[in-house]
Amino acid sequence: MIQAAYAIRITDLRHQFDGRDALSGISTQIRRGKITGIVGPDGSGKTTLIRLMAGLLKATGGNIQVEELDPIAEAGRLRPQLGYMPQKFGLYEDLTVQENLTLYADLCDLLGEKRRQRFDQLLSFTDLTHFIDRPAGKLSGGMKQKLGLACTLLGSPKVLLLDEPSVGVDPISRRELWKMVGELAHGGITVIWSTSYLDEAELCDDVLLMSEGLLKFNGPPTTIIAGMNGRSVQLRDMTGNKRAILKKVLHSPKIIDGVIQGHALRLVLKTAGDLPDLAQLDAGSAAHFVDVKPCLEDAFIDILGGGPGGESVLADHMPIARLDGSIDQDAVIEAHQLTRVFGEFVATDHVDFKVRRGEIFGLLGPNGAGKSTTFKMMCGLLRPTSGWAKVMGIDLKQSASHARAQLGYMAQKFALYGNLNVQQNLMFFSGIYGLRGKAQAEMVADMVRVFNLEPYLNTQASTLPLGFKQRLALSCAIMHHPPILFLDEPTSGVDPITRREFWTHINGLVEKGVTVMVTTHFMDEAEYCDRIAIIYHGRTIASGTPDELKQMATEAGEADITMEETFIRLVERDDRTKP
Amino acid sequence: MTLPKVNLRHLLALCKKESYQIVRDPSSILIAFVLPVMLLFIFGFGINLDTNKVRLGIVTEDQGNEAEQFAQVLRGSPYLDIQTGNSRSQMQQQLQLGEIRGMLVLASDFSPTIRKQQKTAAIQLLTDGAEPNTANFLGSYLQGCLEVWQQQRATDQGLNSVATSTIEPRYWFNPTTVSRNFLVPGSISVIMTVIGALLTSLVVAREWERGTMEALLSTSVTKTELLLSKILPYYVLGMVAMTLCVLVTTLILDVPLRGSFWILFIVSSLFLGSGLGLGLFLSTVTRNQFAAAQTALIAAFLPATMLSGFVFEISSMPIAIQGVSYLIPARYFVNVLQTLFQAGDIWYIILLNSAFLLVSACFWLGLTAMKTARRLDD
Repeated sequence: MIQAAYAIRITDLRHQFDGRDALSGISTQIRRGKITGIVGPDGSGKTTLIRLMAGLLKATGGNIQVEELDPIAEAGRLRPQLGYMPQKFGLYEDLTVQENLTLYADLCDLLGEKRRQRFDQLLSFTDLTHFIDRPAGKLSGGMKQKLGLACTLLGSPKVLLLDEPSVGVDPISRRELWKMVGELAHGGITVIWSTSYLDEAELCDDVLLMSEGLLKFNGPPTTIIAGMNGRSVQLRDMTGNKRAILKKVLHSPKIIDGVIQGHALRLVLKTAGDLPDLAQLDAGSAAHFVDVKPCLEDAFIDILGGGPGGESVLADHMPIARLDGSIDQDAVIEAHQLTRVFGEFVATDHVDFKVRRGEIFGLLGPNGAGKSTTFKMMCGLLRPTSGWAKVMGIDLKQSASHARAQLGYMAQKFALYGNLNVQQNLMFFSGIYGLRGKAQAEMVADMVRVFNLEPYLNTQASTLPLGFKQRLALSCAIMHHPPILFLDEPTSGVDPITRREFWTHINGLVEKGVTVMVTTHFMDEAEYCDRIAIIYHGRTIASGTPDELKQMATEAGEADITMEETFIRLVERDDRTKP
Repeated sequence: MTLPKVNLRHLLALCKKESYQIVRDPSSILIAFVLPVMLLFIFGFGINLDTNKVRLGIVTEDQGNEAEQFAQVLRGSPYLDIQTGNSRSQMQQQLQLGEIRGMLVLASDFSPTIRKQQKTAAIQLLTDGAEPNTANFLGSYLQGCLEVWQQQRATDQGLNSVATSTIEPRYWFNPTTVSRNFLVPGSISVIMTVIGALLTSLVVAREWERGTMEALLSTSVTKTELLLSKILPYYVLGMVAMTLCVLVTTLILDVPLRGSFWILFIVSSLFLGSGLGLGLFLSTVTRNQFAAAQTALIAAFLPATMLSGFVFEISSMPIAIQGVSYLIPARYFVNVLQTLFQAGDIWYIILLNSAFLLVSACFWLGLTAMKTARRLDD
């Protein structure tokens, strides 16, 4: 029997949740034995599409055929051919690795000798052989992800559906997973992989680019990237303030998008070859444009109509963050031999750093490396076992609350009160910063004006569009005009356009003298940082400017390695130096 | 309707998983084994509805022979602790302070009136209405004492005609009227409710919250397998806890079990079925552990304590509330429990109540089966 070239056929697929369109008419075909990436911002319909393929949802309209079967009507025949890994991996945390595998093997009727062979095969494939008796809850994020994959692979599925398998997972584990999935596809399995990481999607055979429930592009990433040829450039060897230059260049109608990359700017042109006038940028005499390879993110932003521009109304509105003369300008944030021990485990091990006023300082590290612990000590949420941390010259051990009044904090996943509306969130956060009466009302009104929150004042924070959620979270963090801003994975799971807008605000604030400390899993975001410390096993294994770190990782004869590559190499190099 | 499909291997695998989770979760062990024993001891020893040795003050304004005789009779009572005094105001103060639960005033005309026999002697009894049980007890007990004493006097004086009949109470089923004997069996219903409804209200919701339900639904598991895998392990857990309760009740707390253990076992199964059904239903509908547990507390635990007749007698509740109590499965279970422990196998009561429990179990389990999703948008 000749197998059809397509494993999944979708015709005019529609789905509604509570009267709102999650998918509004999608038609496509997915190639057999290939990796197809589903990319798009949060809420664009990625998860809905995957769940429809898995038969976990019933479409409101249209048709979907997986391996020539209807996922709902012919579920009994389709399910044994499907492997589905949900966002949280679907593991039982209180069961061991072995018990999880056994459960899923029983459920897909994998028995006897076959089962033993498959276990051996998958355990060595996922490198989990030594952790067989460990409860799944005690595995690291990367290992959980591998075990989740192993469980879905037990039944030797023909189609593998992975729903954002790499969210919150560090670059090293992501790369390993990618390698494993690549091998599977070579073995003939059709893989559907949804992600908000565009660099990951770029490696897929095909991508489905989704936005607001519609399919914006469908085909090999190389095709769409080829369309961007000549439109991606780097502005190198600038002198002067890179953030100010970025702001200026984004004003040009010839530029649709721009980000900072170390000491350079990466820009996307509206038309290939049509460069903006260098003379107007005040970038110094040595500055020049260099053509670079376009990437999927460039294409994505182009399809969505360009980046958000370089102006931050917020920053324009904020007063200059001034420092008391007594505070050392070179050490507004300072950690000295900072150490935290949990029982036998040293989470943070003698970490030192100083952050200058008006600098963006990044803490990077794999999952569980100790960056969150370090971060919490810097905010005064956790007491150091030894060493000290100072913010604006105030020791956090002695007067944490005094120091905290000096800083704005924006947590992972936007710590807003989901069931309060925008107005109520703003009133609450301004209230806890001690604003009262007229001053409070004015500040809230300012934030509403600056961030265009007016139309959403009575909307519950949990139902806000993502971009507005982020704006609200940021406004709640800065209402007391803090000279220091702490951002803990502020853009996790956020699409590139919303991330751009966020960084525009941060860059604007930094220009006003605000000092920023940030943690992130997006390595391209690390490029915005002036300096970076890579934390691994609780220690600082490398620190410096993004360019300096890249230099450290570059091997002879190489040029332009990515931040992600840099990160992975530095961590692996550290692994090698230890027995 | 097609016959539900059950693959034994799938079911066994799921039950095994559920059992691991029960055994490894300290809170389930706590709820299933430690809490019941604790509750039994609290109900067995801590709470006591019996009125023994009530402190009563007697103000004797009358120095006559008869007054002294009557006071003497009361002093001899095993249920009273008598203090005597001459001043009403002093006694009142003691009553207010709660040092005594009631005061009896024998006014200055007590003895003369009694001697005349024609007129009824008036005795004033002041009781602490804040403790209605004790107050009622004092009222009726003293009334009885007075009657017995008067009759005794009449007999002594050779006047047989005064009273012709008396009531001689005999307490059946619980001859010594020890409240432990009906409280402890009743508390088993509370314990079974906790295990049945509260514990299971968490389990399906937990799977939704942790995303494991999505993974299970994408496999070939059927709805029936899923449902049974939630019911069976918790049924076993509940019955083990029940057996533990019965052992503690009969062996340590010395409460007699007059009926058959096997009937108790069967009726408990029915009640547990209804509890499990309710718990799973809440868990399935809310898909949220917190909401499910809160609802289970209000819908199952509180009614089981307040409206089952286990502490508070249903017949003394307002009519409307009595009506509501018919909807509470615990009511029927408590009825059977108290019958089995105190009276024995009285088939009429057992079968009638079991029928109600069966209906309730079928109702909740059926509803859960209907609501159990095979898809995320069901």
